[in-house]
Formats: sequence, structure tokens, C-alpha cells
Amino acid sequence: MSEPKIQLTDVAKTFGTRTILDGVNLSVEPGESMAIIGQSGSGKSVTLKCILGLVRPDRGSIRVDGEEVVGAHGRDMERIRAKFGLLFQGSALFDSLPVWRNVTFGLTRGRNREPARMRKIAEENLERVGLDSRILNLRPSELSGGMQKRVALARAIAPRPEIIFFDEPTTGLDPIRADVINDLIVSLVNDLGVTALTITHDMASARKIAHRVAMLYQGRIIWRGPRDRLYDSGNPYVDQFVLGRAEGPIT
Amino acid sequence: MMAVRVGGALFAFFVGIGRVAIGLLATIGRVTLFALNTIRRALTPPYYPGKLFEQIAHIGWFSLPVVCLTAIFTGAALAQQTFTAGSRFNASSTVPGIVVMGIVRELGPVLVGLMVAGRVASAMAAELGTMRVSEQLDAMTTLRTDPFRYLIGPRLFASIIALPVLVLIANCLGILGGYLIAVYKLGFNATSYLTISRNFLEADDIGMALVKAGVFGFFIALMGCYYGFRADGGAAGVGDATRTAVVSAFVLILLSNLLITVTAFG
Repeated sequence: MSEPKIQLTDVAKTFGTRTILDGVNLSVEPGESMAIIGQSGSGKSVTLKCILGLVRPDRGSIRVDGEEVVGAHGRDMERIRAKFGLLFQGSALFDSLPVWRNVTFGLTRGRNREPARMRKIAEENLERVGLDSRILNLRPSELSGGMQKRVALARAIAPRPEIIFFDEPTTGLDPIRADVINDLIVSLVNDLGVTALTITHDMASARKIAHRVAMLYQGRIIWRGPRDRLYDSGNPYVDQFVLGRAEGPIT
Repeated sequence: MMAVRVGGALFAFFVGIGRVAIGLLATIGRVTLFALNTIRRALTPPYYPGKLFEQIAHIGWFSLPVVCLTAIFTGAALAQQTFTAGSRFNASSTVPGIVVMGIVRELGPVLVGLMVAGRVASAMAAELGTMRVSEQLDAMTTLRTDPFRYLIGPRLFASIIALPVLVLIANCLGILGGYLIAVYKLGFNATSYLTISRNFLEADDIGMALVKAGVFGFFIALMGCYYGFRADGGAAGVGDATRTAVVSAFVLILLSNLLITVTAFG
């Protein structure tokens, strides 16, 4: 059995008096697509930020390819971060830069280098997410929400990361556009062979893009299993959540 | 019963003072760490010279109109006031000296500092604050670009470079404003006005103006970046950050101005 790509052991994080994560254990295998589902405020985003080193957990260990993330800094952190691509919930495109510089930002690290080659790379990556080169010189604010999301996706995959995080990839999109994004994620995971970790509360999206699903509730993983078991998990919390019922153990 | 109530109120009063004092010290500590962190990281590669020049243009070049306007009008008004006050005891000949001293040592640096703080600290806080709340700063970090090197360092150094240049220009124009009023309205002789001005002015005065300008530039960018970088809570949070940045920059400019003046002449 190979080493897990990402392994979280007993990760906990408290902000002030609010406990967000209370001993999260999770492992993601190489090439696997995992989805974490859970209510708003259940700690999904904080889990991602901990893995990325943007938030430091109070205790526990996070290993990426066997290398400890907690407490890493400087060059080590940079090397680990180079493995990740992240699609932000609100796209988080740099609104002062044109689309092509946004897409290649991870390669140039913000510098205006080799513009001709970078435009070519931007074009290739935009094509991969179904956008054409006419938008290369536009500003992010001139694009629709769905297009912004796709540009953000192109930006996340441009440096060819080994692991991609999708933070609520379909939130704020209509069902058709959401499904376009789902298809893109599935094809990226298959074509590029990346490991994917998605946080979402969109069940259709979780079922489509993930191999396995884990549910986060009150700072802990209370259920994990293959996506086909999502609707017959036998867990009352998961049942209530996936069926979207107001009544049940979750209040 | 009464004594207990008075005691309680007194206790709450001191607790309040203590809380404010601790809050202030904590903020000073955080700002200092932020500044040291920025300087340390900005001085190590990768460097972003393009960003530095862009910021110098933003802070320096685009502040010129408002700075020029302020300097000329203030110099002119100062000359008129000095003349009016001086003529009450036959001392109207002090006009050139007072205009030169007043503009170069105090009004030039302070007015430029306040003008640029209003223009630039607010813009920095709003821009960085928006980037913070829309997760652009996190996005930048995950794309392996350090916001301290890419965004904050260039702003800090550009501000320290641009302010002295702006103050030099403002000083020249302030003196020109005084000259215009003195010669064309108050009847001074042009040549002797300039000669007296020249004699009054010493290299130390200009040196002090430049030191003040550099310090003000540092505080302006530091406040704009610090509060922008820490913004949270959406549009309202960005608004708060912008206001606090400008007010703190104003206070720091006035405080440090007094401190430098008193230290230099004390």
C-alpha cells in the first residue's frame, strides 16, 4: 500500500473560544478524488487552510507525501505549497491584472516575464477549461461568474500541481454551469492524474466528482465512505444532511 | 453599600484604563513586527522592481497636483499673514525669513504628509483590504508569491522614496507662493526678497525636511498596508480599515513631526 498523499492526524484548531476542528483524521490516496461535506461553519475551509499552511493548527499532524506541514516554513513550506493548486470559492482572481497574467501568476510569481510564452501557456490552460483566447486581455471584472470560476480553475492548474483543492466549486452557479464545472473537475482529475480534495455542500457535485466522501460535523469526521454509499450510509447525521431535512440529529 | 458601589465604579474605571493601555501596547507590538517582517522579506529575493516603480508613480507622480496646489497657496497665505502681523510692530521685513523657515521646516513636510496620507494610506488600505476579504491575498500565497514582497514591500519603500521628493518640490513652490504675494501685492523688492530667503535657509533645514518626509512616508505606507492587510468582515471591514489607516497615519505624522522638531531644536 502506497503512502497517502495527504494525511491528517488528530488536527485541532480553536479560534478564541470556538472550537472549529476537534481531532480530524483523514487520509487521501494519490490520484484519489475526495470530497468533504458538512454544514457551513463546520470547519471545512479551515481544514483546507491548515493543509495549505495558511492556518496553523493547535495540535495534530498534517503530512503531505510523508512530509510534515505543521510548523514548516520558509523554503520547506514553499516546496510543499508548490504541490498544491487551489480553486477559491469566490474565484479570488487578481482584479488589477488581465486574465492571461492571472492564469500564469503561479509560474511568473507575479513578475512580467516572457510575456509571449506566458500568453501561450495561458491560452492552453484556458482552452483546457473551455474558454477561448479572446478573453486573454480582459480584466476579471469583465467576465461572468461562471467564466471567472473557469479562469480561476485555469490559474490553479497552470503550474501543474499534484494536488488540487476545490473550495465549494459550484457555489453561486446555476445548475447547468455547476455541472460544467463538475465535468471539468472530473476530466482534470482523470487527465492530469492529480489528487483532488473538494469541500462542498452540493450533493450532486460531491457524487459526481468524488471517489470517496467524508462528512465533517462539529469539528470531527463522523462518516467516510465511497460516493455510492452517500445515500445509504446508515448514519442519521449523513442522511439528514444529504437529504436536506430540517429535522434530525443535526440542529 | 454605597462604598461598595463607589469602589466598584472606581475599579471599573481603572480596568478600562488598563484595557486601553494594553490594547495600545499590543497594537504597537503588532505594527512593529509587521514593519520588521516587511523590511526583512522585502530585502531578500525575489525582488519586484517593477512594482516599486509602479508605486513610486502612484504615490509620487499622481500626488503632485494636490501637493503643488497646497504648497503654493499655503506659502502665499503665510506671507500675507506674516506681513499683516509684522507690520503692527514694524517687523514686516521678517516676511521672507518666516516664510522660508515655516515652509521648509514645518508646513512643507507636514502638509505634504497629511495630503499624501489622505490620498495614499486610504487607497492602500482599501486595495489590500479588498484583496484580503476576497481571498486574493490567500490566493497569492498559494501561488507561491509572498504578499509582503509583492505588495507591501514596494509600497513601503516607494513611499519612503517619494515623500522626500514631494516635500522638496512643495518647499520650492511654497517659497514661490510667498514670493509672489510679497513682490506683486505687498511691494517687496524681488531681488532682496530672494537674497534674504537664500541667506536664511541652511542645509540643516532642508536635511530636517527630508528626514521628516522619509519618516512620514514610512508611517503612511505602514498604516495603509497594516490595516488593509488585517481587514476582515466584508465591505464594512474594508471601510473600517481605511478610516483607521488614515486617522492613524495623521496622528503618527503629527506626533513624529513634533518629536523630530523638539529633538532637533531642544
